[in-house]
Amino acid sequence: MTFARRVLAIAWKDLVAEWRDRESITAMCFFAFLVLFLFSFALNGDQTLIRGASSGLLWLAFAFTGLLGLARSVQSELANDCLDGLLLYPAEREAIYLGKLLGNFSVILLVELISFPLFAVLYNMDLWAQLPKLLLITVPATLGFAAAGTLLSTMTAGLRAREAMLPFLLFPMTIPLILAAVRGTEVVLRHESFELAMPWLKLMGAFDVLFLVGSLLTFEFLVEE
Amino acid sequence: MGMQCSVSYVRYAIGMLLQGFPVCHQRTVIVRPVQPVSRYPSYDATRDSGKGSFALEREPAMVKTNGAAGLSGVVPALEIRGLVKWFGAHPALRGIDLRVAKGEILALFGPNGAGKSTLLRILAGLMRPTAGSAQVAGLDVGRDGDSVRRVIGVLASGHQLYEALTGRENLLFAATMLGLDRHAERVAKVLEKVGLEKAAEGRVRTFSSGMKRRLALAKLMLHEPKIMLLDEPFTNLDLQATKLLEEFLMTSKITGATTVLATHNLAIGFALADRMAILRQGRLVFDARRDDVSLESLRSQFALHGELWEVE
Repeated sequence: MTFARRVLAIAWKDLVAEWRDRESITAMCFFAFLVLFLFSFALNGDQTLIRGASSGLLWLAFAFTGLLGLARSVQSELANDCLDGLLLYPAEREAIYLGKLLGNFSVILLVELISFPLFAVLYNMDLWAQLPKLLLITVPATLGFAAAGTLLSTMTAGLRAREAMLPFLLFPMTIPLILAAVRGTEVVLRHESFELAMPWLKLMGAFDVLFLVGSLLTFEFLVEE
Repeated sequence: MGMQCSVSYVRYAIGMLLQGFPVCHQRTVIVRPVQPVSRYPSYDATRDSGKGSFALEREPAMVKTNGAAGLSGVVPALEIRGLVKWFGAHPALRGIDLRVAKGEILALFGPNGAGKSTLLRILAGLMRPTAGSAQVAGLDVGRDGDSVRRVIGVLASGHQLYEALTGRENLLFAATMLGLDRHAERVAKVLEKVGLEKAAEGRVRTFSSGMKRRLALAKLMLHEPKIMLLDEPFTNLDLQATKLLEEFLMTSKITGATTVLATHNLAIGFALADRMAILRQGRLVFDARRDDVSLESLRSQFALHGELWEVE
């Protein structure tokens, strides 16, 4: 019970801080808009190109905005030595990890949900009918990305070159996950049978389990010093 | 049961793998020609200065007079043995041996870079030593980190408060993380003690430095820790808040709490502590009971080392 309370307290703290400052969400939404907007111009309204590249572009935007959110999340803990304060509580390290993960996952998912209508408008897509299927792809992909990102952002928090190290470690690690998300989204956007997305969903599920279990097992050792 | 064992084994194996690099690194570092690590310091000030006094050929202060008298056989609140810490090629601690008795207030003086904060961070379990061991309330800070964190309270140089949250929210969050009951009641009580009950609904971002320090003090008071590690606790405190902290330390002492107080402020440290220790370049160069030393002789110790670093 205390474990669950601690997880929720950390997530609550992050979300309240984010809601009041709106620093991460504003920056992330702006960045997502910028990426989608620039690529929509680059593709010059060519529907064939758009159909082929849209899911990749969407996940490119999500990956970069997610990275931005993760970096800001750890930045907020570094201010005033809050990360040290958090580690000084007699709380299970797993609770700290899960709390941070819940906060990061919620913020990234929210930005993705805000980006969908923008994507639909800029790329002339009818997403409304596809939204439930799209969410079935987006939620596990975001969970895996946030799980790996929360671990790595906390791990690199103490490094001077953390801004460079985080993408350097995160992107290679999440390539299979992002690839599966791109393929799954492609199936949905092309209005193909959802059966075709199932292997990608399974792959994402496997990566989510792997990242979550691996992170829970290693977090304690990685946050020390 | 079997599953639990497997998980524990995997965690242990991962821990060993992850710690493999630092261990290798430590091996290469330890062989540097550092001062030999003895169980207790055998520092002779005459070697450094040619003037000499307070050579610590005896066990540190606990053998002498008041607070720690009769400690032998009793588990000390803090016990540090041969503590060494290297940051790359730079030694931060070069073999510290120290025992602090229950209920004792130890003032730890030293210039910037002497190793005071590093020592406190190791005691708090935020940092692993390169060599040596540290025990808090009989618990090893490396192995029993979770249990150690239950008994300690830390007031760090950074206030460790979330600026987007209100003062009360910060304390409620801390109470949840500390696993305390009656959150609201406890929070209201400590806010009243530090005189922030009216300001508590404001966001910490709008607080002055002194108010943030008071709020950090309120956070420390929340769980009434048995062992307190305070790093420059008087920084940014006004007279009223300084008095409040002094009262808190004295009240805690009566209830048996142990305090290690790292400070530059000689006068305050001398007034509060039962025992003074000076760290210089990672070594414990002075350790005496308050009854055995005057403020003047303490000041002369600093002059002895040819450095002027006391902050009044």
